[in-house]
Amino acid sequence: MNTAPGLWAITRRSLAKDLRLEWRSKDAINSMLFFALLVVVIFSFGFDPTAEESRKIAGGLLWVAILFATVVALNQTWTRELRNQVLDAYRLSPAPPMALFLAKTVGNFIFVTILEVLMVPLFVVFYNLRSVGPLWQLLVVAVLATWALVVNGTFFAALSIRTRSREIMLPLILFPISIPALLAMVDATTSILTGDSSPMFWIRLLAVYDLVFTTVSLILFEPVLNAE
Amino acid sequence: MGDPHPSVVGGCEIQSAVSVRDVVRHFGRFAALRGISAEFAPGQLYVLLGENGAGKSTLLRVIAGLLAPSRGSVRVLGSENIREVATRFGYMGHAPLLYEEMSALENLEYFSALYGIEDHARCEEAIRTVGLDPALERRVGQYSQGMRQRISLARAIVHGPELLFLDEPFSNVDVRSAKQMTTLLARMRDAGTTIFVVTHQAALMEPVADECIVLDAGRLIAREKGIPARLLTPYLAEESAALRRHTLQGNAGEVEP
Repeated sequence: MNTAPGLWAITRRSLAKDLRLEWRSKDAINSMLFFALLVVVIFSFGFDPTAEESRKIAGGLLWVAILFATVVALNQTWTRELRNQVLDAYRLSPAPPMALFLAKTVGNFIFVTILEVLMVPLFVVFYNLRSVGPLWQLLVVAVLATWALVVNGTFFAALSIRTRSREIMLPLILFPISIPALLAMVDATTSILTGDSSPMFWIRLLAVYDLVFTTVSLILFEPVLNAE
Repeated sequence: MGDPHPSVVGGCEIQSAVSVRDVVRHFGRFAALRGISAEFAPGQLYVLLGENGAGKSTLLRVIAGLLAPSRGSVRVLGSENIREVATRFGYMGHAPLLYEEMSALENLEYFSALYGIEDHARCEEAIRTVGLDPALERRVGQYSQGMRQRISLARAIVHGPELLFLDEPFSNVDVRSAKQMTTLLARMRDAGTTIFVVTHQAALMEPVADECIVLDAGRLIAREKGIPARLLTPYLAEESAALRRHTLQGNAGEVEP
């Protein structure tokens, strides 16, 4: 007799499957990259800031560009599961729903991180950025901020998956909920780039935000997955 | 409160494979199922017949736990909590429930892992069972509709279920492959698997069906042993009429040389 599979084994399996599917289709990465590049180029034409001004606005520009690009990827993640109603096969199985959510969130975290790795050097070049504060703090902010975007985004994308206009629904739900995180990531980044103030308050806020929303999403994902 | 699923015959309790009690399912104002009650014994092959919109697929989805009933209760393999018995049943839907960007074997390896099975050879065997070659490296998106249906069946049976739900398994499948699938289903039934098949191709299932269930407008209107000729005839007559219409239309469009 078969036994119910474990959470981590299914998370690993589902993550590997998502990475394989993305590697073959490149749906999420291509659309994210194209969108983010467009934003960077248009912003650079729209503004001609000095080095000092760049440091003040770069945090906002960077995170807004990443937020919009992330929404594009999040829609792709679940659309793939709707094709051929594959999600039903998961719902019928004894696999824990939480494993699917974790796999999708970690997968999106990887995709958005790849985007950031490619985008940040472009930002540095286009806006002539030099950080005044310690760079390791930027790394901590990047990890916490990316997780904040994808954990909420993956959950709300799943929530809007069965609505007819899900491409519009997702930003409508996600953006207001993300305001505290967006504020924290922008202010923390600006604080580090300008060296004007300590970013620690914003980093702590981001950490708490991540903790709260990860817990809530994990608890609420099963009813969302099985809603008809 | 008493058990809503009593199955007592001659003083002995019989465990039904599936038991439904007064099941109603609404989609908005539309009632797709209107108070269906039935017991289904294990090890039988049931064929669900009825016109489009009769509620066959909805009933299957409700039993499989993909849809919650608006009213009534369902017991599958002795449990009212479908997740408790998820490892013991398989489901093949209208759509193939497969990832198009992966090969048949990759799909089966992923889905069997969801059932706690990490067995490459078992996945290959399931693909062979439905008459396909596991060495096929093509992705499912490049398969014909009939091949997808067969892989979908392989996905539904790879974990060796005791109970199998099949929704239109023969659509787009050629006659030879459909007969192979029917033989496989009969073999599984003989080995003790309970099988439910929703189909419009009743004639294909006629040699192997134990019982047919006829639904009309969300109600169960008849249960018969096998598929009696009087139930088979309307379907055959319908097919013949369609073929005749098609031929006549074709002739009408022809131009005399």
